[in-house]
Amino acid sequence: MLEINNLHARVEGKQILQGINLKVNAGETHAIMGPNGSGKSTLAQVLAGRESYEVTKGEVLFEGKNLLEMTPEDRAREGVFMAFQYPVEIPGVSNTYFLKAALNAIRKHRGLEELDAIDFLKLVKEKMKLMEMDQSLISRPVNEGFSGGEKKRNEIFQMAVLDPKLAILDETDSGLDIDALKIVANSVNALRSKDRATIVITHYQRLLNYIIPDFVHVLSNGRIIRSGGKELALELEDKGYARADEVVTASSQ
Amino acid sequence: MIDVTEEKDLYLSNFALLEKSLSGKEPAWLHRIRKEAMARFAELGFPSTRNEEWRFTNVAPIVKTPFKPTSYQPADPAAGSIERFTLGRWAGYQLVFINGQLSKEYSSPQLLSRGVQVSNLAAALQSDAGWLDSHLARYASYKKHPFVALNTAFITEGALINIPKDTVVEEPIHLLFISIGNGEATVSHPRNLIVAGPNSQTTVIESYAGVDDGIYFTNAVTEIVAGENAVIDHYKLQRESIRAFHVATLQVQQARSTNVSTHSISLGGALVRNDVNAVLDGEGCDCVLNGLYMVAGRQHVDNHTRIDHAKPHCSSRELYKGILDDKARAVFNGRIIVRPGAQKTDSKQTNKNLLLSEEALVNTNPQLEIYADDVKCTHGATIGQLSADALFYMRSRGIGLGTARNLLTHAFASDITGRIKLEAVRAELEKSLVARLPQNQKDVESI
Repeated sequence: MLEINNLHARVEGKQILQGINLKVNAGETHAIMGPNGSGKSTLAQVLAGRESYEVTKGEVLFEGKNLLEMTPEDRAREGVFMAFQYPVEIPGVSNTYFLKAALNAIRKHRGLEELDAIDFLKLVKEKMKLMEMDQSLISRPVNEGFSGGEKKRNEIFQMAVLDPKLAILDETDSGLDIDALKIVANSVNALRSKDRATIVITHYQRLLNYIIPDFVHVLSNGRIIRSGGKELALELEDKGYARADEVVTASSQ
Repeated sequence: MIDVTEEKDLYLSNFALLEKSLSGKEPAWLHRIRKEAMARFAELGFPSTRNEEWRFTNVAPIVKTPFKPTSYQPADPAAGSIERFTLGRWAGYQLVFINGQLSKEYSSPQLLSRGVQVSNLAAALQSDAGWLDSHLARYASYKKHPFVALNTAFITEGALINIPKDTVVEEPIHLLFISIGNGEATVSHPRNLIVAGPNSQTTVIESYAGVDDGIYFTNAVTEIVAGENAVIDHYKLQRESIRAFHVATLQVQQARSTNVSTHSISLGGALVRNDVNAVLDGEGCDCVLNGLYMVAGRQHVDNHTRIDHAKPHCSSRELYKGILDDKARAVFNGRIIVRPGAQKTDSKQTNKNLLLSEEALVNTNPQLEIYADDVKCTHGATIGQLSADALFYMRSRGIGLGTARNLLTHAFASDITGRIKLEAVRAELEKSLVARLPQNQKDVESI
C-alpha cells in the first residue's frame, strides 16, 4: 500500500530525513519509535503533504501512485489520514460542517454519492458512540476550547468518519491520561481491518501495550536504524533509545 | 490641497436652484440651518488628505465628478430589481426611496399604530410637526464635518421615525435607499431622523443599494436620539454599486440608561466613508458599535468611529472586522473619549483585519483619550492572513484549497454575523457574504 524509498526531506534548511525506506502493506500496523528530533513527526508531515517540508530526494508510492506529487487534499481523498500531534483550532467553523465538507469531498473523489444531512448525522452519532465522545462537541467549532484529550479523541473520531486506507497517528498518545489512552487505543483497534494500514508514531512504548503493532521501527537521525516485531518495543523500553543506537552501530561494524 | 473652487461652485449653484424651488415652502428654522450649513461647507470645502480625519481617504474622485441632483432624474426600476433588497415578510414597515425620492409603490401602505410615526421627511416638513426643529440637524455637526454640512444644506428627503414613550415596536422598520444608474452621475443626500421616546424600544434597518453598476454619490446623514431608558437596535447594510461613492454619518445621542447597538455592514461602493459617532450623555448607557467590511478589487472603505463617554457608569463595546482582497484598501479609525468625571467607564474596542491578497492594505488606528482616572478601557487591532495551519488541517481532511479558504474567511466574518440578532439582516448578510467569497461559492452555501 505504501512504499517509501530513500526519502530525504528538510525543513527550514535543516536536513531531517536522511534516507527512509519503509514498506507498509494493507492490514498491517507499524509503529515508528524514536527519540525527540529523530524525524518521526517530519515523516508524518511529509506524508500528509505539509508544504513547508521540502523533499530533496527519494519517492513515496501510495497504491502505486506518486504521493509526493499530490496536493494535501488529494492525498486525503486517495485515503491517507494523519491524526495531528497538535490538532488545529478553527474558530467559526463547526465540527459538523467541517467533517461533512471533508467526507463529501472524499466520497465525491471516490465516485460515491454525497451524504445528505440526515445520513451524515446518523453516521456521526454512531462513530461518536464508538469514541465515547460527548455529543455536544459536534456542534462546537473545530477543536476550539477542547481539552488536550478531547482534541486527540476528535482526531480519531474524524478518522472513523472519513474511513481512510492509511492512517498515520502522530503521537496521538502524548498528553493522554490512561482512560483517554484506552479509549483512543480501543477505537484505533476497532478500526483495524485487512484493508487498512496504520502507522503509529510514538515516543513511548505505553501506547503499544494497547495497540499491538505487527512491526516496530526505530528512527534515529532521520533513518530507520532497526526494525523488528512487537518485542522490539519492549526491548527499547528496557534499554532506551541510546542503547538501540549502540546495538545497531555494533552490529554494522 | 485639492483645488476645489470650481467643484464647490457646482454645489453652490445647485444650492441656489434648490433654494429657489423651496422659497417659502419650508419652515423658517430649516431654511436658516440650510443656509448656515451651505455657508459652512463653502468655508470648509472638501477635505484633503492633509486633514488628519481624512489622511488615508482621498475624496478627489468625488470632488471631480460633476454629480447632478437625483431629483431631476426620475428612474423606473426594472421589474424585480427592487425586491432583491426589500426585506419582504421580515420588515414590519418599509420606506423605500429610489434615487432620493420616496417610492409609494414599494413603501408599506399603512402607518404603524399606537402613535408611532414613520414617514418620509418631505411630508413631515410640509406639516412642520412642532417637535422636528428641536431634533433635526441638532446632533450631527455640520460645523465640523464638510459632508454633513453638504447633506444638511440639501436636506429634502429621507426617513423620519418617532417612537412615543413607553412604546415597544416589535417589527423592524426598514429604510431602503435604492440607486439606479441612468447614464449620468447623480448625487443624493438622504437625511434620516430617529427619535425614540423614554422607555421605548425599536429596531431600524438602513439599507443602501445599487441595482446596477451606475456611478452615483450617496451622502447620507442619520441622527438617532435615544430618550431615557430607550433600547434601539440599528443596522446599516451598505450594498451600493461597485462604482458608487458612499459617505455617511450616523450620529447617536444617548440619554441616561439607554441601550443602543448599531451594526454597520459595508460591502459595496468604490469609495466609502462611514462616520459613526455616539455620545453617551447620561449615566448607565450601553453602546455597541459593530462593523464588518468586505472589499475587493480597488474598493476603498474608511470607517471612523467615535464614542464619547460624557457621563459616568457607561459601557461601550466595539468590534469592527474587515476582509480585504485584491488591491482593496481599508481604514479604521476608532476614537474613544472619556470625559473628565466619566468615572467607571468600561470600554472595549477591537479591530481585526483579514488580508486575502498581498496587495490589500489596511490602516488601523485605535485612539483612546482618557480624562478620568477610574476607568477600564482596552483597545486592540490586528491584521493577519488566513492561518496556514488551519488551511493545511482542512486540506489534510480532503477539503479543497478554495473551499478551505472560503470556510475560514466566512468563519472570520461569523464573529459579526453571529452578533446580529435580527434574523432578517443576518440572512441577507449571509447571502451577500457567500456571494462575495472568492471561489467555489456553492461549497459554503449550506453553512
